[in-house]
Amino acid sequence: MLKLERRPQASTAWTYATPLLAVLLTMIAGGLLFAALGKDPFVAIRTIFWDPLFSEFSSFYRPQLLVKGAPLVLIAIGLSFGFRAGIWNIGAEGQYIVGALCGAAVGLAFYPMEARWLILPLMVIAGALGGLLWAMIPGLLKVRFGTNEILVSLMLVYVAENLLAAMALGPLRNPEGMGFPGSRNLSQYESATTWIDRSAGMHWGVVAALIAVIGAYVIMARHILGFQIRLTGQSPRAAAFSGVNPARLVLVCLGTSGALAGLAGMFEVAGPAGQVSIDFNVGYGFTAIIVAFLGRLHPVGILLAGGLMALTYIGGEIAQNQLQLPAAAIQLFQGMLLFFLLAVDVLTHYRVRFQRAEHRPAAKPAAAPEAAE
Amino acid sequence: MTGTLLALEGLTKAYPGVVANEDVSFDIGRGEIHALLGENGAGKSTLVKTIYGLVKPDRGRMLLNGKPFEPAEPRAARAAGVAMVFQHFSLFDALTVAENIALGMEDPPKTRDLARRIREVSETYGLPLEPFRMVGDLSAGERQRVEIIRCLLQDPKLLIMDEPTSVLTPQEVKILFETLRKLSAEGTAILYISHKLEEIRALCETATILRLGRNVGTCDPRETSAREMAELMVGGTLHVPERETSEAGEILLRIEALSAPSPRAFGTALKDISLEVRRGEVLGIGGVAGNGQDELLAALSGEMRVKPGMILFEGKDVGPEGPNLRRALGLLAAPEERNGHAAAPEMSLTENAALTGTVREGLTRHGFFDWGKSRKFAQSVIERFDVRTPGPENTAMSLSGGNLQKFVIGREILQRPEVLVVNQPTWGVDASAAAAIRQALLDLAANGTAVVLISQDLDELMEISDRFAALNGGTLSPPRSARGLTVEEIGLMLGGAHDMEAAHV
Amino acid sequence: MDLSTINPALLVASLMVAATPILLAAIGELVVERSGVLNLGVEGMMITGAVCGFIAAVWTQNPWVGFVGAALGGAVLALLFALLTQVLLSNQVATGLALTLFGLGLSALLGQGYIGIRAPTLPRVDLGPLTDLPVVGRILFGQDPMVYLSLLIVAGVWAFLKFSRAGLVLRAVGENHGAAHALGYNVRIVRTCAIAFGGACAGLGGGYLSLVRVPQWTEGMTAGAGWIALAIVVFASWKPWRLLLGAYLFGGVTVLQLNLQAGGLAVPVEYLSMSPYLVTILVLVVMSAGRAPGSLGRTFHASS
Repeated sequence: MLKLERRPQASTAWTYATPLLAVLLTMIAGGLLFAALGKDPFVAIRTIFWDPLFSEFSSFYRPQLLVKGAPLVLIAIGLSFGFRAGIWNIGAEGQYIVGALCGAAVGLAFYPMEARWLILPLMVIAGALGGLLWAMIPGLLKVRFGTNEILVSLMLVYVAENLLAAMALGPLRNPEGMGFPGSRNLSQYESATTWIDRSAGMHWGVVAALIAVIGAYVIMARHILGFQIRLTGQSPRAAAFSGVNPARLVLVCLGTSGALAGLAGMFEVAGPAGQVSIDFNVGYGFTAIIVAFLGRLHPVGILLAGGLMALTYIGGEIAQNQLQLPAAAIQLFQGMLLFFLLAVDVLTHYRVRFQRAEHRPAAKPAAAPEAAE
Repeated sequence: MTGTLLALEGLTKAYPGVVANEDVSFDIGRGEIHALLGENGAGKSTLVKTIYGLVKPDRGRMLLNGKPFEPAEPRAARAAGVAMVFQHFSLFDALTVAENIALGMEDPPKTRDLARRIREVSETYGLPLEPFRMVGDLSAGERQRVEIIRCLLQDPKLLIMDEPTSVLTPQEVKILFETLRKLSAEGTAILYISHKLEEIRALCETATILRLGRNVGTCDPRETSAREMAELMVGGTLHVPERETSEAGEILLRIEALSAPSPRAFGTALKDISLEVRRGEVLGIGGVAGNGQDELLAALSGEMRVKPGMILFEGKDVGPEGPNLRRALGLLAAPEERNGHAAAPEMSLTENAALTGTVREGLTRHGFFDWGKSRKFAQSVIERFDVRTPGPENTAMSLSGGNLQKFVIGREILQRPEVLVVNQPTWGVDASAAAAIRQALLDLAANGTAVVLISQDLDELMEISDRFAALNGGTLSPPRSARGLTVEEIGLMLGGAHDMEAAHV
Repeated sequence: MDLSTINPALLVASLMVAATPILLAAIGELVVERSGVLNLGVEGMMITGAVCGFIAAVWTQNPWVGFVGAALGGAVLALLFALLTQVLLSNQVATGLALTLFGLGLSALLGQGYIGIRAPTLPRVDLGPLTDLPVVGRILFGQDPMVYLSLLIVAGVWAFLKFSRAGLVLRAVGENHGAAHALGYNVRIVRTCAIAFGGACAGLGGGYLSLVRVPQWTEGMTAGAGWIALAIVVFASWKPWRLLLGAYLFGGVTVLQLNLQAGGLAVPVEYLSMSPYLVTILVLVVMSAGRAPGSLGRTFHASS
């Protein structure tokens, strides 16, 4: 019989080991899945995890790692603030869209004027502000009316998706696009593009992601805000006693994650994506949730997890083309990763003990009432 | 009386790193009121949980009426005639009295019949209770009645009561004792767990004393002095706090007509509370649990902001201010619940030192922590208050209750408060740690701090208070000098009139 | 635009159809939350139910088998959630999110070969003269059987929670799991049963979408219905009859905006499509929720 015993202190070793274990388990389960789909599991795993980095075409794929990884890391860093404090913004996808719309709108407003030093910074500000304001809606509603931020932020994703469609078909549509939906291509507009070096996959979003990682690290480890966030997440009552203003913290956390998601959207629309189109968003806002957890809500962990998740995107595409692996299989693969992580996480906080079967039936674990997290 | 009801033989139960019970044996007779005495952590709870089927012993056996008794779960224990009233009530706030009682029965009758039986039993034993009231709205004493009636409806042969009087006024205690004596006369045995010696001497016929998991002696409490029993319990002589009487100085804290709703569901609203606390005095505030203690502490610590003009610190209005501004001025507080309120269990002691120490100890610069300084502060608390831990990087969760309590009280005391408000500072703490904490509070007062001690422990209140006031249903009685107060008078102040004929105060 | 094309009786009849998937999912989640568990994976369980039900119905050419398949699909996914949160003690919020992400991927994979196919659908009941009654006939006696079943489930859940012993135990576990454990109730088993029931209901709701409402299989077809179901549970203050009201209110908004779209209102379709989500937010704001079950969302670990 298995028995769980709470550790007095979270195990450091398992904190690092569980993400790796989760990846390993996902590979095994994924392999079984691929086998069930009639694909060679070893080839499939190699195609997803190895080929993008080390195959003969890797020079083509590696830049993609930055392109896919940057928005994931940027959004996940923002989410990690709230998640640590028990504030659940799961509408990053919506904030990403609105940030992209605002950023693109500012850029398009200046077209065809050329002034990179002015237009790009304005777009960055607009993108961040757009995401921030979109995230303030659940924030303010929570603070003012006690509304559940999970549900509101998620509802706003669907609103944002409809808004995106309305914009792509309406105000932001390319006047020279012959009636097709979608805006002008910003990546070909010298003053508004976020590309730094297209062939290397470098764009300003990558830079922003790295700055966010460093900033988040410093704030979490040293700044009083990071302390308040951690304290609120672990013991909300102790946080109130300590003097944390919960309403302010809700707004700060949601605002930060909204702004970073908005930035990610803006960098994407003016660079890798190029234009506002109906299917502009591809679910980064949701995948970033996996990235945040897989990275243990720690900035460095998120950086690594973002890289890994970007790898599965790219490898997944290769597998789609070469092995005709369905796109959904990769989505499922990513979902499994989060599942396994949450499952093995038990090892971090609990010690698992094996007990001999009792000679008496129905021996219950004893009760000290209350062991709530 | 007439033979043994339950015999315990060599019960042993070990948890990783600690032996909770070691070779414990004793007998409980039919209809006997048997005390189980011991300090916190002596193994009383584990032992009664074993009898109640919540814990399975590693070794040893139990005989009920001479037959082996191995309850696999509480249901089996209840079926065999063992009932238990828990120390922390196992009640459900959002359910009615009748529903709560039905949950504790094997096959409860229809609601209407059950309600009738509840009324019958409650009248028979003098425990008035309305079956369809929501439990969350009941007072602590009434809640205990729910538990007792739940047990009585099953006609138990053995009734286990875990620290039943800790939530009662002296008058309610009297009523409870009458009920228990009546039950005993009808043949129900009672296992009475407590650390209050005078109570046990008044009620029980036999006492078994546990220390560090072992049975260190059985005696007749009516013929044994409290001191002897205390020494058996503690295993040495007790240090009694010393106090020097000092002249009370100027008024530091003034509360004027404080009224505020409770921030939580089923809490108690504060109603028109006024008081003054002077430099160098200890103001004791007594009261049965759930009469507004948590709310009063929250209002004073700043967790709960109140209207302007209700709380004045050295004449300055701090009612609408948060905890940190109050700390900066010198108004400090330590709440009752250590885990998750006064301290964050999963954080290190260094971080827990920063939890309240940031402002007064200057632990941040431009919003960035100086963790080295915080560590030093934590270290000084650990040394000064004899907190047993390998070091400040250990989590609060890894400390025993008493050590963590010393840490959280010490953390506030070392910040040199002008006014310190503490709630239940020695709750669930072993006797030596409790004595140390009380002494520290007295020393603090002697050095000119005004101390507000909120407590449910009357002995503690009488031991160190200069003045005494009682919280009852969110209102505060006018403070009186603590010297010369009798238990009767205190009981009336605490609202002991609840169930009695008109009280004369 | 032409509002006269909107027939009130038909509107009410169709709002019941529009509300049924959400009602089914929400009543399941209500039971789960009353047992103290917050399962945010409703969307994932719904869409898995939708695809499982669709596949089962196509294979057997029997919509009823389809609904059984839908319920099973949802319940199996829910048991995965139970395994993680009840046995491995994972965080319920994170696990619920994972369940949704996983369910979306799983359903997309399973449904690959089923896009564009038609499944056998449920006929509406026809009680002859009763159904032909003006206005009320179509509303009361002309729905498909699942609409009636969903109402039966709501009534059943209400009676179960209010009158049955098992319902009392479930509420007790949700209110204070420590106390329920101390009284000897098995918190984990009670919750696992509730979670499985919730999953089956969510699956039925999804199956209703793919077999009756749409009736086709498309990827991501739930489009947030599961989340709206969660919102309706909060709106209803965890009470079954208020839940019915909330679901039908929402169904009304959905049907109305669809009618307005068809009626050619001079507003871009996208803005109308937003309205159900905006109304959900509005309702969450306006209705202050009642008191949630005391142990909702907290992990239970019987320590020794």
